[in-house]
Amino acid sequence: MPFVTAGYPDIETTGAILSGLDPSWADIIELGIPFSDPIADGPIIAASMHEALQTGVRPGHVFELVRSIRADIPQGLVAMVSTSIVERSGAVGFIEEAARAGFDGLIIPDVDLDRVDEILPTIDAHEMAFSLLVAPSTTDARLESILPRCRGFIYMLARAGLTGIRSELPDISPQVERIRRLTDLPIAVGFGISSAEHVSTVLAHADAAIVGSAIVRSMGTSDDPAAAALDTIRALSSGRPPTA
Amino acid sequence: MTMKETRHIDGWFGEFGGRYVPETLVTALDQLEEAWAEAKSDPEFELEFTSLLRDYVGRATPLTHAPRLTEHAGGANIWLKREDLAHTGAHKINNTIGQALLTRRMGKQRVIAETGAGQHGVATATACARFGLECEVYMGSEDVRRQSLNVFRMKLLGAKVNVVEDGSCTLKDATNAAMRNWMETVDTTHYIIGSVVGPHPFPTLVRTFQSVIGRETRTQCIDCFGRLPDRIVACVGGGSNAAGIFSDFIGDAGVGLIGIEAGGRGARPGDHASTLVHGEPGVLHGSRSIVLQDPDGQTSTVHSCSAGLDYPGVGPEHAHWHVEGRVDYRAVTDQEAIDAFCLLSELEGCIPALETAHAVAGAVQEAGTMHRDQHLVINLSGRGDKDAEEARRLLGDLD
Repeated sequence: MPFVTAGYPDIETTGAILSGLDPSWADIIELGIPFSDPIADGPIIAASMHEALQTGVRPGHVFELVRSIRADIPQGLVAMVSTSIVERSGAVGFIEEAARAGFDGLIIPDVDLDRVDEILPTIDAHEMAFSLLVAPSTTDARLESILPRCRGFIYMLARAGLTGIRSELPDISPQVERIRRLTDLPIAVGFGISSAEHVSTVLAHADAAIVGSAIVRSMGTSDDPAAAALDTIRALSSGRPPTA
Repeated sequence: MTMKETRHIDGWFGEFGGRYVPETLVTALDQLEEAWAEAKSDPEFELEFTSLLRDYVGRATPLTHAPRLTEHAGGANIWLKREDLAHTGAHKINNTIGQALLTRRMGKQRVIAETGAGQHGVATATACARFGLECEVYMGSEDVRRQSLNVFRMKLLGAKVNVVEDGSCTLKDATNAAMRNWMETVDTTHYIIGSVVGPHPFPTLVRTFQSVIGRETRTQCIDCFGRLPDRIVACVGGGSNAAGIFSDFIGDAGVGLIGIEAGGRGARPGDHASTLVHGEPGVLHGSRSIVLQDPDGQTSTVHSCSAGLDYPGVGPEHAHWHVEGRVDYRAVTDQEAIDAFCLLSELEGCIPALETAHAVAGAVQEAGTMHRDQHLVINLSGRGDKDAEEARRLLGDLD
């Protein structure tokens, strides 16, 4: 599951990446809606969000882009968006707008679990995916509150800390098994997944690997950011088993 | 789901508060809440905290009559609650001592903090020195410039100061950096938030540690003039000194409470940091409160001459007091604050912090509308030694 910052470095690039993705590389694409103060993101994604905001990219532009090309994209499309943005326009209104634009799901990494039940009816009315985060430190008791509120897939953090590029991948299998015992939903693993080798290791246990910083970084160092992103995503997808 | 059914009912002030944080931090917040609940029921904790406030911080701080400022304002008697006389020169130490004790209870060895004016950074570094804890402080580069003396003090106290170059390079960005570091180090590190902001339990925790200001003020008012004051005025950035003095009087309808925000250069967006006066409900730094955001939810640029008030958010309990109408929040401009900075220095021999000078300006305006037999208390939250350089830049050499 590749992640790209929507509107980085501009909205056209995001459009080119969405249109250029081969369906065999990924089943779901995650679009990060830029936010001024992303506290869960490491320097690479945070910088890409600030750059997108500086060029004037706003949630409305992202919705507009998705609306214009949704029909041509076979993959699922989920938005990663800060609760600050969701709450600003009223959570229900934001979710309805995202659904109308063509998003299939939402990830709100900093939502208050106690408030999730207020938005789930809207999520369900639009048959959207809705993924809450599960951290290594999440207690079993809390896991039992989180999992029934997820729709579509579970977002499992491979580690404590921020998004970013890491050389080592921790052993995720105990975490995956802990979650599997309590849910039938597919498990996607993110945070620090940086290479095809990591993808391959993750997919030996979980159902999807989420890669963000490695893709965004490759865009930052290239004259053709869309091509760079597509190259990186294709290379990462070599970590998928052939049958996937 | 109704509010009554929410799990963290204690973390909500009406529609404000909560815990809007990535999952990685939730266990640490639970752990903090639990350690604090245990501490509250442990008489030893209360005893140690109270002793430290008395013997180390120098409490109780006095309530000082301000005769010449009273005369100048031409109305109510003005009294100064002298938090400027607390150890390290501001009220911030009340909270850092309390949270350092909790850090030790949780068995953590490392502390991080954000700071704007540097007073919370200094107070955190001080508490860490006292308890032998490792300390790192995050501070925006613009604030490092404005408050260089406090940077040196933190280093002298053994803390590492991390200069933050993101965004506006001020308190908001320092808070982001501290939260990011906490995400990566949460197993070994406690984050001592300096104000009544952030995810539950911080707003309640910090207000509780600061509430000693209000309790002392109540007793001292009765000792000094035989009754409760008619008004209490405090400056509000995140709002910890104000929450500390207001909270004890929330139930006293006869005591008018006035919070003074940073009006900056004026009311245009980007020119001020008057969050409650101009803001709207939203989420920032882990809680739902009133915030300064653009229509999409991006945090607005703010401005104040005072680094400690230069912040686009405010504590959720203040947002609640604001919508309930219990506290009257107003804005005072940079210029009015700087004038009050000079006024209090000349008339009473107290150089206030630039943050505190906002409260002085608002108090003088309010006192002028009151009767001579009434009483107004200013929470003199910090002293202005740290601002001497910046004031000289703003005022010239006064020759």
